[in-house]
Amino acid sequence: MSTESPLLSVRDLQTSFPMRSPVLRRTVGQIQAVAGVSFDIPAGGTLGLVGESGSGKSTVARTIIGLEKARSGSIVFDGDELTSLPKASMRRVRRQLQMIFQDPYASLNPRATVEQIIAEAWQIHPDVVPRNQHRAEVRDLLERVGLNPDHAERYPHQFSGGQRQRIGIARALALRPKLVICDEAVSALDVSVQAQVLNLLDDLRCDLGLAYLFIAHDLSVVRHISDRVAVMYLGRIVETASQDELFTRPLHPYTQALLSAVPDPKPWDKPAREQIIIGGDVPSPADPPSGCGFRTRCWKAEETCAHDVPELTTRLELHPAACHFATELAGAAR
Amino acid sequence: MVLLSVRDLRVEFATSGGVVTAVDGASFDVGSGETVALLGESGSGKSVTAQAVMGIVPKPAGRVCGGSISYDGRDLLAPGVAKGLRGREIAMVFQDPLSSLNPVFRVGAQIGEMFRRHRGASRREARAAALDLMKRVGIPAASKRLDDYPHQFSGGMRQRVMIAMALALSPRLLIADEPTTALDVTVQAQIMDLLTRLQAEEGMSLVLITHDLGVVAGVADRVILMYAGRVVETGSLREVYEHSGHPYTSGLMASVPAVDGPRDRLVPIQGSPPDLLSLPSGCSFRPRCQYADEQCAEVEPVLRQLPDRPSTHQAACHHPEGVLTDVH
Repeated sequence: MSTESPLLSVRDLQTSFPMRSPVLRRTVGQIQAVAGVSFDIPAGGTLGLVGESGSGKSTVARTIIGLEKARSGSIVFDGDELTSLPKASMRRVRRQLQMIFQDPYASLNPRATVEQIIAEAWQIHPDVVPRNQHRAEVRDLLERVGLNPDHAERYPHQFSGGQRQRIGIARALALRPKLVICDEAVSALDVSVQAQVLNLLDDLRCDLGLAYLFIAHDLSVVRHISDRVAVMYLGRIVETASQDELFTRPLHPYTQALLSAVPDPKPWDKPAREQIIIGGDVPSPADPPSGCGFRTRCWKAEETCAHDVPELTTRLELHPAACHFATELAGAAR
Repeated sequence: MVLLSVRDLRVEFATSGGVVTAVDGASFDVGSGETVALLGESGSGKSVTAQAVMGIVPKPAGRVCGGSISYDGRDLLAPGVAKGLRGREIAMVFQDPLSSLNPVFRVGAQIGEMFRRHRGASRREARAAALDLMKRVGIPAASKRLDDYPHQFSGGMRQRVMIAMALALSPRLLIADEPTTALDVTVQAQIMDLLTRLQAEEGMSLVLITHDLGVVAGVADRVILMYAGRVVETGSLREVYEHSGHPYTSGLMASVPAVDGPRDRLVPIQGSPPDLLSLPSGCSFRPRCQYADEQCAEVEPVLRQLPDRPSTHQAACHHPEGVLTDVH
């Protein structure tokens, strides 16, 4: 690990949503969507954040970018503490911090041309690209993301889903960010197109030195793009490790179940693996189980799991897991 | 024994941009007790094919304009036949269970309605039968949940309810259209496990429609791969996955990142999925294909056996030799 300070450092982040009673019109409780999450992303690095629906992974992204307000904790990006940053300075920081959304249909203005969509950011940040160079820069960006620069005057509906996602990527790159948050950026795409976009993201990282926070539910996609991977369940990170380590030696029972559930297109190539099928669904974040969030679906759960929330502790080097039995699991993994 | 036989099926849709041929001469069989995967990306015509089999192609925009579908010797395209078999003999499970369930009726009553309507069961009998089914599809505390409404169920549980309704009258053919696409991975594993178990217990034929090559890998006996409304490759699943004879199939296989093994750069298929309003002449895959030549532009390839492969393995490509040698 380098001693250099990371590009993004999130510590003990908590984000909650008020639960309102429809009858009494008052807040009756809090939904803890993100319940204390910490991670670092070095410059040029990629952290994969995986989890199922309701795990809070998108809320983490939205909180970092300022679309939700953190309840507590700290988000340090490039030396600035985002949670207490005045609005005016936030604008400066946001330039460096861009996001690509899941739905390329919903995230592009249907009444604006591609050029207008991409150049819009430069009106807010006029210092990035001088006005007389907008056209040339848009064409450069389109070329970089693999689109025909002559299509700058077209509207989003004239493009296919994969091409629209490329427009979304070009827009994110317009302000020359240091970190791009990809929230399920390839999930809505067909397999053949998804591979194109993954390769593009890979190239951009190499060429521009981008860092990614790559959020997805598809583990094979996350493995492909990430250096490190964090697994979220019910608002908490339950395990984090290097991509290689996590996929070969998962410690947390949830990670093991998740990996086991990934469909394998060529199951006959490998020794028969024991499939772990966990029962039930992810509990509602509005009414999480006491103690460990995963205990209701865990085959290792014992009484202590109902009382104590397991800490994310490191037993194997650089491979912390939040499970009361992680020592035992780490021993088995050796 | 062949249970379902589709021959030269053509389905057209009238759109504002013109007439789209969603299914363009698809032919395949489904044997009794067999599990078949119908694979394809968006716009390939896989769901429309299923709609044609069920007799539920949206009207008036869509219409079956050619070919034949026979089920156990009966002509499914003849007026009224599909409607008579739907639910009893052929059942379907859809991707989005929430929009397929009626939000204002209790789940137990919705399942029970199958028995009341088709079997003339009494309220009490229908309720008991619904409870049995809910237990069989693994809904915990089924007797308590009988009186819940669909919105009180999670996505995975709703899909179980849909499967329970589909199985109510013991159909011999179950068509599942992207049954796990809207679900989380761990729940997807539960539902696939349930479907395979029920298929084995009931001995019914199962057609799994999906875009996900992995989901069906350990499950289906055979695959039918569609592209732009046509069947481009078919054969036993392992044979097709390991010895792909169509460049589209091999391209799909190379596009999926592996969850284990080396982390190589992906080799995607070039270009975009086809625009059904302006398909190229000859082979529809031609603009994205590295093997394409003049012949591909002029002659539409038909399904034929691949050189030195089993006779059941067929691909619609003029140059399967190249694909087979390059990939394997």
